[in-house]
Amino acid sequence: MNDIILELRGVKKSFGQTEVLMGIDLTVNRGEFITLLGPSGCGKTTTLRIISGLDMPDGGSIILEGRDVTYIEPDKRDVNMVFQNYALFPHMSVEENIGYGLKLKKRPRREISDEVEAALLLVQLEGYGKRRPNELSGGQRQRVAIARAIVNKPKILLLDEPLGALDLQLRRQMQIELKRLQKQLGITFIYITHDQEEALNMSDRVAVMREGRFEQIGSPAQIYDEPKTTFVAAFVGNANIIAGIAGESGDGNIAMLHSGGSVRAALRDKTVPHGQLLTLAIRSEQIEIARDSGQESGLRGIVKEKSFAGGMLRIAVELGSGEEIIVSRHGINSALKEGERVVLDWAPGDAVPVEDVGP
Amino acid sequence: MTENTRKARGLRAIHLTVLPIYLTTLLFVVGPMAYMIALSFMTRAERWGVTAVFTIDNYINIFQPIYLNTFVQSIRLALLSTALIALFGYPFGYFMAKLSPKWRKAVSFLLIVPFWTSSLMRLYGWIIIFRANGTLDGILMGLGITGEPLRLLYTYPAVVVGMVYVLVPFMIFAVYSSAEKMDWSLVEAARDLGASRLQAFLTVSLKLTLPGLLSGVILTFIPSMGLFFIADILGGNKVVLVGSVIQEQLMRSRNWPFAAALAAMLMLMTTLFIYLYRKITKVKDLEGLL
Repeated sequence: MNDIILELRGVKKSFGQTEVLMGIDLTVNRGEFITLLGPSGCGKTTTLRIISGLDMPDGGSIILEGRDVTYIEPDKRDVNMVFQNYALFPHMSVEENIGYGLKLKKRPRREISDEVEAALLLVQLEGYGKRRPNELSGGQRQRVAIARAIVNKPKILLLDEPLGALDLQLRRQMQIELKRLQKQLGITFIYITHDQEEALNMSDRVAVMREGRFEQIGSPAQIYDEPKTTFVAAFVGNANIIAGIAGESGDGNIAMLHSGGSVRAALRDKTVPHGQLLTLAIRSEQIEIARDSGQESGLRGIVKEKSFAGGMLRIAVELGSGEEIIVSRHGINSALKEGERVVLDWAPGDAVPVEDVGP
Repeated sequence: MTENTRKARGLRAIHLTVLPIYLTTLLFVVGPMAYMIALSFMTRAERWGVTAVFTIDNYINIFQPIYLNTFVQSIRLALLSTALIALFGYPFGYFMAKLSPKWRKAVSFLLIVPFWTSSLMRLYGWIIIFRANGTLDGILMGLGITGEPLRLLYTYPAVVVGMVYVLVPFMIFAVYSSAEKMDWSLVEAARDLGASRLQAFLTVSLKLTLPGLLSGVILTFIPSMGLFFIADILGGNKVVLVGSVIQEQLMRSRNWPFAAALAAMLMLMTTLFIYLYRKITKVKDLEGLL
């Protein structure tokens, strides 16, 4: 049994007429790195603000270490936040910024300067204490913002897209550093991002959010390999979504009948009645593509377009139904030409039946 | 063309573009001021105008108790008014920045509307309010709060109210302009890090809106040293300020050199106060002022 540090129960929030959170439930374990992943406007920042106390929910409750903190002011919660724009105090030096929380707690001066020094060391900014925030680069400001929060030893650290403003290279580096910090300090991290790679890379668990609800909560592997819905499959795995009618396959799998042909998928623990609509998610790199030579199984289509990006060759195949399926391959060479008739197929275990939740 | 000549040409071009500014300043600021200072060292003519005879008597005259007293009165009133203006204007400007854009527009419109009327006219309005059995007495007596007329008109408090009324918009806008620029997520960060509302205000909001407050103080202190018609209209002859004396010397007594000396002295005092103020507050950025 895991040690639960935070619990959200039926948390609701509206801004005017817009319902931002539609009663969400979430449990966070002590010491874990959990990421709220979703497109902008899905309610992830609002969730974080409600946990921090900067916003009050309209309904539901927030339990921090067994204590109901739903309507407790932000300064009375052992939770700290790293803001998206860093929100460093421009009129204070780096040291003063980091020591701000400790100073409010009336800790002795000597102690504060020691702790600040240690925090600077931890985020690799030794010697930058006397600088002003406007004399720092984006990455350095980011580190100060993190140091300012962790120096207070919060029970939970909330991070609102902390790497959003950094360039790709620095982002990768900071991802590794954040993960290292989290392990080193043992603080529970609740992290927000709209970058699926970042979420899968860093988290112990990922909670995929969409329109004020959690679509799926699970380990990165679960989210990536076993998406529950079309949204999770498309947003996290960049998977192709294809719909047909469920049918008998005779080998324990399920067959999907489609105007382009028939393909199989592993049922896993799901049951899909025959004759019902069946939606499958299949990632582009798991699709086998071959010239049409009268194969029995597979979906028929025509190669529409080939493009090369990020070391992968992307082949867009148009099915007879007009749906477009993306197939990707390593390397730049492919014998297939545009306009050629092809058959797409996959191992039944790679295709995942998902719940169609619309675009 | 060598690097140096190119640079010189560039500089010349810059000088040319700012030339109108220099000329205007020379014509409308430096000129009159030099004229006034020159005037203050001249002698009053027997019947009309001045004669160009050098004297420092005009400055010596200022040190008569009767005139010194007006300086003391002016400074006292300016300090009191400025303090009250800051007290009212700061929260007003600060909270105005927190309003929704729609309300902000509405409020700043309401603040600007009075400027479409002469402030003289608006001060006459205060006479109607303050005079015995006027609007204020009517309300207070009608509600049974006071039993008899307060006789506020032609008193010191009436002058202070007039000063605050005329000058408070400048403070409001100065504070508003710096509060509006402030990143409010900084206040949230302070709260998140354990600051109470008051602590967050004192350590973050106040510090960041200080330039607005400080420039508001200058914007209101300078005019409040010289504004004489408010004291004339609402203070009767009970509150005599330097401004009134200058006006009297200039327009009635026709003693231009003495009026000029008084004006120069007032300018010196104001400059001195602002110098001290900047020394004490150590502000560098005054929202573009000074």
